[in-house]
Amino acid sequence: MPTVTYVETDGTERRVDVPNGTSLMLGAVKNNIRGIDAECGGACSCATCHIYVDPSWLGRLSPVDDMEDEMLQGCAAVRLPESRLSCQIEVQPGLDGLVVRVPDRQY
Amino acid sequence: MEAARDGLLVVGGSYAGMQVAASARAGGYAEPIRILSDESQPPYNRPPLSKGFLVGKIDLGALPLRGDAFYPDNAIELELGTRAASIDRASRRVTTEDGRHIGYERLVLAVGSRPRPLPWEGSDLAGVVALRTLADALQLRELLGEVATAVVVGGGFIGLEVASALTALGKQVTVIEAQSRLLARAATPPLAEYVAGVHRRRGVTLALDATVRRLIGDGQGRVRAVETGDGRRLAADLVIAGIGVVPNVELARQAGLACDDGILVDDHGRTADPSIFAAGECTRHPNDHAVGGSARLESVQHALDQAKAVGATLAGQPTRYGAVPWFWSDQHDFKLQIAGLAQDAERHVVRGDPASGRFSVFHFRSNALISVDSINRPAEHLLARKLLGARAAVTPEEAGDTGFNLASHLATG
Repeated sequence: MPTVTYVETDGTERRVDVPNGTSLMLGAVKNNIRGIDAECGGACSCATCHIYVDPSWLGRLSPVDDMEDEMLQGCAAVRLPESRLSCQIEVQPGLDGLVVRVPDRQY
Repeated sequence: MEAARDGLLVVGGSYAGMQVAASARAGGYAEPIRILSDESQPPYNRPPLSKGFLVGKIDLGALPLRGDAFYPDNAIELELGTRAASIDRASRRVTTEDGRHIGYERLVLAVGSRPRPLPWEGSDLAGVVALRTLADALQLRELLGEVATAVVVGGGFIGLEVASALTALGKQVTVIEAQSRLLARAATPPLAEYVAGVHRRRGVTLALDATVRRLIGDGQGRVRAVETGDGRRLAADLVIAGIGVVPNVELARQAGLACDDGILVDDHGRTADPSIFAAGECTRHPNDHAVGGSARLESVQHALDQAKAVGATLAGQPTRYGAVPWFWSDQHDFKLQIAGLAQDAERHVVRGDPASGRFSVFHFRSNALISVDSINRPAEHLLARKLLGARAAVTPEEAGDTGFNLASHLATG
């Protein structure tokens, strides 16, 4: 099972197993990662599961589609090139070792 | 008899109940916290039940609102399968249906709502379902295998989402709606027209201005057809009712707390009893965005945001609930997002081209922007929430001009 490291806002690194086919958002919720609120439950409707992907991993992720791109424009925390909505990224075998950072706020 | 215990007792284990407990603990509330839930599952996501869960895109494992460890990690005792029967305010204790007494220092009623009882003859036939809980959704999923033709009663969000899901599964679907347009309660004509168009193109039959006279069985206790008010007979292996909900006010009312289509609370979620709060769909609360200044709202956003205010207040940081209401619905290939409340809107301004499948409708009352519906325009939706929160003086002319940068209203200066 791929391992994903979520870096919480205070710098705490949480290294957790996330099953293949599961979204990074659900992996965070199940493991109670602080700062990923995911209010809409993964429907790409709320922009509260914003994360920063470690830039070295960006190329291995599915691209941002139009809806996600628009939601990211409205994120509460600053949007960076490595900004993604964690509900839109499905964990795959090739993502073992992925590192993502939680932004300072989701509202 | 269980000894009375101090601490926070939350009745109701869905969004509001979970969030009150979480926010109280996060805010530093140090006493015991216990949630009583009458469901058999820990708090779970409800919106997918009428969408992805129905078509099998979202499985059971993806539904919980929090991981299992969340409750013990935060010293929140989650007691499932327990229904509160009464409140004794004088001695500050709740009696459960199985006869136990649980004391409280602070009590939060997060008891939600339930589907409006189905009024028609034949409502008790097998294959007639109202969708609210996970148990309802599991029952519905089980029935689907044998279903070729379904009738959805109610052209509101739940009904239309279910119609969309069933169509995706290859079922013949008819939606019966008593009003002359879909989403009559929540959406305005330009949006309702767009939504109706998409449903029709996807093969959903819409019966507007139509009512149900009775449900007809097959003689073996299973539904077979719906007879409409004008005498038509629509074949149905399955009838799904989405005709609204009623708030669960009984517990509060029996305890002498004031209710009026919802448990009455102030802007901090307080009832008239200083020990008792309420949050979520069961409350009628002061709301700056509502006509008349009071609302009872049915949405995830409302349940979570009101619960956050109540939780923080319980933790000693009095917090007013004043969030901009917002809501979403996914149907077929469109995402509808609504910001604000369009009650008594006088003017509807379309921004963008509905034919493109990407547009918003801005609603005005007394020339003030009160609500924005967005179809496949999430950035405009998020902007609308900010504009409404800031009470930005957007004019109808600006709203209709796609060349005008609405975000300029948010610039500080």
